[in-house]
Amino acid sequence: MKQFFEGSHAVAEIIKLCKPGVISAYPITPQTHIVEDLAQMVADGELNSQFVNVESEHSAASVVLGGSAAGVRVYTASSSQGLILMAEVIFNIAGMRLPVVLTCANRALSAPINIWNDQQDSVSLRDSGWVQLFAENNQEVVDFHLIAYRLAEDKSIMLPVMVCMDGFILTHGMEVVDIPQQEDVDKFLPPYKPLYKLDPAEPLSMGLLGDPGCYMEARYAVQETHKDVLKLLPKASAEFTAVFGRDYKDCLVEEYLTKDSERVIVAMGSVCGTVKKAVDNLRAKGKKVGLLKIISFRPFPYARVYEALKNVPKVAVLDKSVSLGAQAAPLALEVKAAFCGKKCATKNISSFVAGLGGRDITLDSIKEIFKKLTAKEANLEYIDLKPELLKDEYGE
Amino acid sequence: MENRLLYKPGHTACAGCGQSIAARMVIEAAGPNTIIVNNTGCLEVFTTRFPESAWGVPWIHSLFENCAAVASGVEAALRYLGKKDSINVIAQAGDGGTADIGLQALSGMLERGHDILYVCYDNEAYMNTGIQRSGLTPYDTNTTTSPVGSKSSGNIRPKKPMPEIAMAHGIPYVATSSAGYPQDIQRKVKKALSIKGPKYIQIHVPCPLGWRHETNLTLEVAKLAVETGLYPLIEYENGTLAAKRQIVPKPVEEYLKVQGRFKHLLKSPEELKKIQEIADNNIKKYGLRVETQ
Repeated sequence: MKQFFEGSHAVAEIIKLCKPGVISAYPITPQTHIVEDLAQMVADGELNSQFVNVESEHSAASVVLGGSAAGVRVYTASSSQGLILMAEVIFNIAGMRLPVVLTCANRALSAPINIWNDQQDSVSLRDSGWVQLFAENNQEVVDFHLIAYRLAEDKSIMLPVMVCMDGFILTHGMEVVDIPQQEDVDKFLPPYKPLYKLDPAEPLSMGLLGDPGCYMEARYAVQETHKDVLKLLPKASAEFTAVFGRDYKDCLVEEYLTKDSERVIVAMGSVCGTVKKAVDNLRAKGKKVGLLKIISFRPFPYARVYEALKNVPKVAVLDKSVSLGAQAAPLALEVKAAFCGKKCATKNISSFVAGLGGRDITLDSIKEIFKKLTAKEANLEYIDLKPELLKDEYGE
Repeated sequence: MENRLLYKPGHTACAGCGQSIAARMVIEAAGPNTIIVNNTGCLEVFTTRFPESAWGVPWIHSLFENCAAVASGVEAALRYLGKKDSINVIAQAGDGGTADIGLQALSGMLERGHDILYVCYDNEAYMNTGIQRSGLTPYDTNTTTSPVGSKSSGNIRPKKPMPEIAMAHGIPYVATSSAGYPQDIQRKVKKALSIKGPKYIQIHVPCPLGWRHETNLTLEVAKLAVETGLYPLIEYENGTLAAKRQIVPKPVEEYLKVQGRFKHLLKSPEELKKIQEIADNNIKKYGLRVETQ
């Protein structure tokens, strides 16, 4: 049913329909509304779940790890410092092949302390083994959670999934969202049946010491499963369409007017909505521009990105995070890697950084990026920097 | 199922390991309907090197500091499944994993009231990493990070009062025990598991390698710690001292002299006096001395 919801509430509504048996979270802005709403649903008896209030995000992640190992569907949400405090457990959950689903309300990392949106938190955990899906709007947020559980719990995958939604922009943004019916959710997402669980009737040990004789194989297996995710996501997406009607194609990327484009911006998350609007404006003036939206950042769909961009002369990658010390921002590095060693790698792939710490990315910001796509490749160029704040007033 | 070994031989613990003895006592007292959540540490390493496991019960290890939180999740899941009443959940860790890096997670578990027995195997230092001091290392102990030197007589602080810290959470059962008293361990584990809510048991477990005593002296060393008053065996129910093991106190030298980690103290009457004071305070505080007729 279509309703006008805050993004966080929409998340709570869809999680309720997914029926997790254990929910655990620690409050952090801008994730709080999600878990407040879930707590209320449990308090009102609308949701039968054990809601465990913990003393840190490290423990929130550990509680859902334990719940999942005991054979129950679990849920947690975090953001920024909270997600980074979880980092140790995040890696552990993936290595233990537990199908945890987590919502990341994307937010900048300290210092300076900043509660506003960018994507540094989840992007910094890209090597953890989690699947990471980035949503553009709150309908995608809702739908990607369903796909997340479906994917995570697939017997051929058994990996955790992080659904990334931009903090405030989506978590606190009001939108009309179609919340599915319970019976449709049940059709798409049958009750969780674990492959293995902690059960006295069939005792097994989990989390063993992997010495040099076996550790590499365990890590390799996760890597291989990420390849399987690239195959399963399109399948899950098709099943999703069959039940709910909405079509996310392969659910790896979304191509927006890329076919005949001379200039394309690659981006992920809510900024894609702004880019689409800018593309529409420029197209009205006859400019051949487009957007390639990355939905699955992990696994990264290299082949798909190559196919979508191989005939585009100029590509701009817009990152809302940085890898300090690298020559391009994280998403740009991936897009460049997609062309590495390819025959028609005549690409001009520019790396732009924008919107850090919640600075607005406006239509003008996007226009500027398109304008900067000239013959010369831009290298880690920051958009909307304030030169007056960079003056060396206190220097020698 | 009832006849299966819950803690199997063939693990790789050192000869004379006190923790291994105590861990076996704990799980055999708890029985097969138990799920164990284990912190990183010696016990985890020597019982579960892939592809082998010494455990005959479901067992999980995640990280160094989070067994209390993982156990909370296991317990919540069992509650959700309606199985909590028939399955025990035990979280277990060493002294560093309990009193230092895992203290926050433990406090959360105790405060939330989970029906979990937490067992701390206290060998009084980080033995798995090579005998570094922890918050439960006793005063004046020689460890690799509290070494004895011309300006140091070892660890500069007394043991963190973990049983009191656990008790301050208002939990129904707190006890200490010792590898030197296997039946005491088993009685306390059974008692604890008969009580709903969070329980804390701290077991003194000699480490021949770290304490530098002969491997055949493990039980004797453990008993001497109790008999000198340095490791009181106490039992608190609902915040009240319900039981204690009474002793005819032996001088602390008897305990110290069999261990290399305290060797330096035997030459220092001044430091010996301080250790004796710690024992005397325990004896007085808990009323450990056997009253003569």
